[in-house]
Amino acid sequence: MDDVFKALADPSRRELLDRLRIENGQTLGDLCRRLDMTRQAVSKHLAVLEAANLVAVVWQGREKLHYLNPVPIHEIAERWIGKFERSRLDALADLKRALEAKPGDDE
Amino acid sequence: MSKPRFVYVTFIATTPEKLWQALTDPEMTPLYWFGYTVDVRGKAGARMTARDPSGKLVHDDPIIESDPPHRLVYAWKSLYDEFKDEGPSRVTFELEPKPGQVKLTVTHEEFEPDSRMFPRISQGWPAVLSSLKSILETGKALPSTMAKADDHAAKARA
Repeated sequence: MDDVFKALADPSRRELLDRLRIENGQTLGDLCRRLDMTRQAVSKHLAVLEAANLVAVVWQGREKLHYLNPVPIHEIAERWIGKFERSRLDALADLKRALEAKPGDDE
Repeated sequence: MSKPRFVYVTFIATTPEKLWQALTDPEMTPLYWFGYTVDVRGKAGARMTARDPSGKLVHDDPIIESDPPHRLVYAWKSLYDEFKDEGPSRVTFELEPKPGQVKLTVTHEEFEPDSRMFPRISQGWPAVLSSLKSILETGKALPSTMAKADDHAAKARA
């Protein structure tokens, strides 16, 4: 669990996870094209995310595809969220999203 | 661009044999899988069946590969009305022994374009896999999968 928190404690790595959430299964090249980071930096961050099991890798021919693996984050949530709190927390999250959404925003 | 696919990985402190049994044995699956009874004891060519907590048959799919305790592949087509027009996707389980634990990789792929199942999947597997890990490591399921099972059971009684 320490690995997961350390991996998430960096804004660039969170940005990489956000990118994969929008479009899963990207190559290193895909990710570099859309980010203001050097290829070397992205590669290093991906290695940290992979070691923390937040990114899973699939080889497709010669392409290395990166997938967001949310299972460790789910395990963290399960540790502190009780059985009957979940629906109330979902409702609160929906409320926050609705109140904070800018007019014209879809999400 | 790659095809739509989900890849989930979890490390579980157990043996490949115990993990295989948890994935395939209809007496084990209701303990961690939202109360669903999933039976994948057959060989390739046989059927994978799943029943919801009310006993309704919700999956009856071919087993594509079964190589215990290493690799399991089956088709995935929900029999719920909402998905009745959608063709099958495919789920692959890969079990790799590591020192003191097993690496489980679950890949769900080959969705139809505009699949209705695809967005649903992302909510289900992380909960099922976290609960599977918990049941094998501590003997206890996790609250979210049990809450959902209670919810299904309540609907079935109503």
